[in-house]
Parts: sequence; C-alpha cells; structure tokens
Amino acid sequence: MTSEEIYIKIEPIIKNYLPEDVSKMEISRESDLTKELNINSAHLIDIVLDVEDVFDIEIKNEDLEKLRNLNDVINLIKQKTD
Amino acid sequence: MKSDNIIKLLPYGPEFLFVDKLTIISSERVDGYYTFKKDEYFYKSHFKNNPVTPGVILIECMAQIGLVCMGIYLLNSEEVSVKTTVAFSNSQVDFLIPVFPGEKVNVVSEKVYFRFNKLKCKVKMFNEKGELVAKGELSGMIKKYEK
Repeated sequence: MTSEEIYIKIEPIIKNYLPEDVSKMEISRESDLTKELNINSAHLIDIVLDVEDVFDIEIKNEDLEKLRNLNDVINLIKQKTD
Repeated sequence: MKSDNIIKLLPYGPEFLFVDKLTIISSERVDGYYTFKKDEYFYKSHFKNNPVTPGVILIECMAQIGLVCMGIYLLNSEEVSVKTTVAFSNSQVDFLIPVFPGEKVNVVSEKVYFRFNKLKCKVKMFNEKGELVAKGELSGMIKKYEK
C-alpha cells in the first residue's frame, strides 16, 4: 500500500475523534495528534484500535509511544503490512 | 487479589465510595454491590422532598465497581499493590428504573478490552428484585501512579 492509500483510509478515523473545536482542515500528515489536533489520550487509543481493525495489524505499547503525527502512523502501518 | 484489598486501594473518600463488596473478580468480569444509605448527602437535594438516586451517582457506582476495581485487579495481577491513577473517559448509559434511598444494587461488569491502559467494559446494574436498573458501556484510563 502506498502512503497515499493509507492516508485515505486513516483520515476518516481521525475525523471521527477530532474535538469539535478543531477544524477538519487542520488534519495533515505533519500535525501533532495530541498537541495540535488536541486528541486526548483515551481517543488516541480508540484511533489505534480502529487502525488495527482497518489494516488487520497489531500495535504494541512501544509502537504507540512513537506515534506523534500521521506520518508516524503511516510508516508504522507500512512496516506492519509489508 | 482479594476483594477487600482492592476496595482498600480505591482512591475515594467515605462520602464518595460506592462499593461495599466484590463478589466475583477476574481479569474478565467483576461483580459487586453497594447499598445506598438512607442518609446519603445528595438525597436532601435530589430531589427536594422526593429523594431518588441521581443517575450520575449510579454511573459512578457502576464505574467504581466495573472499571476501577477491575483496573486495579488487572494492574495488580501479580499481587503487588501499586497506587493507581484513574480517569473516566467515556460513558454511555441507559437508565431504566429509579433507585431509592436504602436500596441495594448489584453491578456486573464484563471487560471489552484493556489495552494501552484504557479499560472498556459493558456494565449492568440490577436492583434487589433482579430487575435491570441501568446498563451501558464505560471506559477509563487506568495507570500505575507515577510521581
């Protein structure tokens, strides 16, 4: 899967957990999930669980610690689906 | 880990502790009960001259038994007692029957998942007649306390 194909699949997941006061326009591959998109730690886990389901992969504790932005998520998915 | 030890580790003071006893505790399921005292402080205002247990207190009771007690059990599965930090993150609960002063409620909680310190459970509350009082899904973050 290309980065673009992965991005198309994760964008709706992120939108689902975006706080109401953050515009969907602010989602980019570089935006920091917690600091810029203001996603709380509980929702970050919801996102990870949804990503696991959509891509049929397993994400571990140490993987989670490395996820800052969508590029990190895309790279992790690429690595796990290879 | 025994029921009484878990209750001792709960981070609530006496006016906000809504757990009397746990009857079943495992990594998949927790059952417990609480009897609402007739003189709980909230009855004189909810409602004026018509005491009914507030829904938020029923949720609190369901969360303390179903989420926090199970979370403490899961974190302490090797019988090491550690302090825990808890944060309630989500609740979706239907209330079906009112609970009046002096009633005993039984709470049954089944784990949906515990991952990355987030615990999600399906929780039901029953009255003494065995009628379903409330049901829903609750989640929270449960972590070992770090200074």
